[in-house]
Amino acid sequence: MELRNIVKEYPGHPPVRALDGVSLRIEHGELAAIVGPSGSGKSTMLHVMGTLDRPSSGRVLIDGRDLSKFGDRRLSAVRSHLIGFVFQQFFLIDGVTALDNVATGLLYSGAKSSVRRQRAAEALVQVGLGHRMLHLPNQLSGGERQRVAIARAVVHRPSIVLADEPTGNLDTRSSGAILELLHRMHQQGTTIVVITHDTEVAMSLPRQVAFRDGVIESDSGTPAAALATA
Amino acid sequence: MRLRRRSTTALTAADRLPPSKLHLLDVFSVGSFGLRTRKMRTALSALGVTIGIAAMVGVLGLSESSRADLRNQIEALGTNLLTVSPGTGFGTGDGVLPEDAVAKITRIGPVDEVADVVELDVTVLRNNFVNPNETGGITVAATDLGLLDTLNGEIAEGAWLNAASEGFTNVVLGSVSAERLGIEEVDNGIQVLIGGEWFTVVGVLEPFPLAADLDRSALIGKGAAEAVFEADLNPSIVYLRTAADSLDDVRAVLPATVDPVEPDEVSVSRPSDILEAEAAADSAFTSLFLGLGAVALLVGGIGIANVMVIAVIERRNEIGLRRALGATRAHIRRQFLTEALLLSTLGGLAGVALGAAVTAGYAHLQDWQVVIPPEAAIGGFGAAVIIGAVAGLYPAMRAARLAPTKALRSA
Repeated sequence: MELRNIVKEYPGHPPVRALDGVSLRIEHGELAAIVGPSGSGKSTMLHVMGTLDRPSSGRVLIDGRDLSKFGDRRLSAVRSHLIGFVFQQFFLIDGVTALDNVATGLLYSGAKSSVRRQRAAEALVQVGLGHRMLHLPNQLSGGERQRVAIARAVVHRPSIVLADEPTGNLDTRSSGAILELLHRMHQQGTTIVVITHDTEVAMSLPRQVAFRDGVIESDSGTPAAALATA
Repeated sequence: MRLRRRSTTALTAADRLPPSKLHLLDVFSVGSFGLRTRKMRTALSALGVTIGIAAMVGVLGLSESSRADLRNQIEALGTNLLTVSPGTGFGTGDGVLPEDAVAKITRIGPVDEVADVVELDVTVLRNNFVNPNETGGITVAATDLGLLDTLNGEIAEGAWLNAASEGFTNVVLGSVSAERLGIEEVDNGIQVLIGGEWFTVVGVLEPFPLAADLDRSALIGKGAAEAVFEADLNPSIVYLRTAADSLDDVRAVLPATVDPVEPDEVSVSRPSDILEAEAAADSAFTSLFLGLGAVALLVGGIGIANVMVIAVIERRNEIGLRRALGATRAHIRRQFLTEALLLSTLGGLAGVALGAAVTAGYAHLQDWQVVIPPEAAIGGFGAAVIIGAVAGLYPAMRAARLAPTKALRSA
C-alpha cells in the first residue's frame, strides 16, 4: 500500500487540515504501528488508508491500483476483498454467534453461505477460539471479542489489515494476548498496520510511524530498509 | 508465447476486483435481522398496518358475505316471480284489479302459477277485550289456495288452508302477524276476532322474503270472505310465476292482458329486483369503515417510517461496519428497504388473516356463507407492500447516504 502526498481537509472556518502532505509506503508482509497523540491525524490516516474516506488531494494505491478514480462500488469491492478492519469497540453484531460474526467478513464478497461459514470456522480456530464458535458476543470476554473481530478481519484473506487501537478497550493481559496474535499472523504473512496512541504498543512492533499535527514526525522505516541503510 | 499470454491474463484478472455482492437470500437474511432481534418492536410497529388491512378486508368480506347470503336467498326464491297490482299514481283507477284478472293471466302461455290476494276492509283483534283501534297494522286478506305454492312459501306451524277449510272461519297468520298477536302455537284451537267474527288460527307462515306485505297479514279463504263478509273479490295483488326465459315477454303483455281498456292502471313488478338492488348497494357503513381502515393504514405506514428512521440512527455502527466490510450504498439501502417491506408485509399478512377471521366468525354467527373477496385479500396485501416500500424509502436512503467514517465514529 502506498500513500502519495495525502492532504485531508475538513471544511470549516478556518478549514481543519487533518493530514498535510503525508506519503507512506507499507510493504507486503509488514507489521507497522502508526502512533501519535489524539488529534495527530492517525484516525484520519486509517480512514483514508481503509478507503472509508477520500483524501482532499493525493493518491492512495493498493497493489498498484490507484484508488483516487474509484467510485463507491469499486471502493466497496476494494474493502471487501483487499482490506480487513479491526476496531477498538470490536463492532460485533449482537445476537449473532461468533461464527456468524466472522462469516459477515465474507458477506459482501460473493462467497456462498456454506463457504463463508467454513472459512469463518477456520479463522476462529486460527485465533484460538475454535471452542467458542457458537457463543454470542455477550458470552465472550473483551479479549475474546477482539479475537473474533480479528478473525473477521482476516477471514477474506485481505492484502492489509488495519487495526484501530485494537488493545484500547482491553486490560493488560488481554492486550498482550492480542498483540501476540497480531505478531503470529504477521509471521504467517499478513500485512498489518496498527493505529495506536500507546507508544509501548507501538514499540513492540517492528516499525513505527509517528504522527503529529497531520504530518509524519518520524518513521523507523521497514526493517529491510533499515538493514540496507546500515 | 503460451506463458506470456497466461501472465497477461493473470494481470488483468488481478487488476479487476470482483464487485461486492450480496446474494438475494442474504438480502432477506440481513433485512430480517433487525426484525428478528427486536421482536416486540417489530410486532408493535406492524400492528398499525395489521389493523388497517384487517379493517379493510373485514369490511369488504362482511359486506360480500352478506350479499352472497342475499343472492343465495334470491336464487332459492327464484327470479321468475312477478306481481301485478293496481297503479298507484295520481288518478289511476280505483285501487283494485278487474275480477277476472287471474283468469286472464292464466291464459298467458308461459305463466305457470297464479294466485291472488284480496285485501278486506276489516281488522283482526286478538280478542274482544282489545281496543278495536289497535289493529297492529295487520291486513286481513282473502286468498287462493295456490298462494303458498306460487310464492314458494313455507308453513311454520299448523297447516295451510285447503279446499275443505277455506270456506269456513279459519285463518292462517303471516309471521309478523302471529308475533304481534302473541300466537306461537296453533294446535289448541286459538281464535282471533276478524271483522267481529271469531276465526280459528289453523296455521302460521314462515316469512315471505319476496312478499313481505304478506308477513303482516291474516289470510282467510275466498269462500269465507264471501260467506262472512260478502266481499267483492277484485284482486288487490296477483302473484305469478312464469317460465324464466319468457319473463320479459310476459311482463310486457301483462298490463294489457289484465286491463285491455286502461293498461296504464296496471303496475307490474319483480320483487327479486328489490333484493338485487339491496344486494348491489354499498351501505354507508362500508364506506365509513373502509375510510377508517385507510386512515389506520396511513398511520401504520407513518409508524413504520418512524421506526425505521430510529433503527437507522440506532444502528449507525452496524451500517459503518457493513460499509467497512465491503457493503456498497446500494446494499445498505436494500437492507433497510427490505426490512421495512418485511415489516409491512408481516403486518399485511396478519391483517388479511385477522380480517378473514373476523369475517368468518361474524358470517358464522349470522349463518351466512363466508366470502373473502380475493381482490380484498390481494389488494390489502398489495397495499401493505406499497406502504412498506414508501415508508422504508426515506430511512433506507438516509442509511445509504451515511458516511462510513461518521457511522463508525458515533460509537
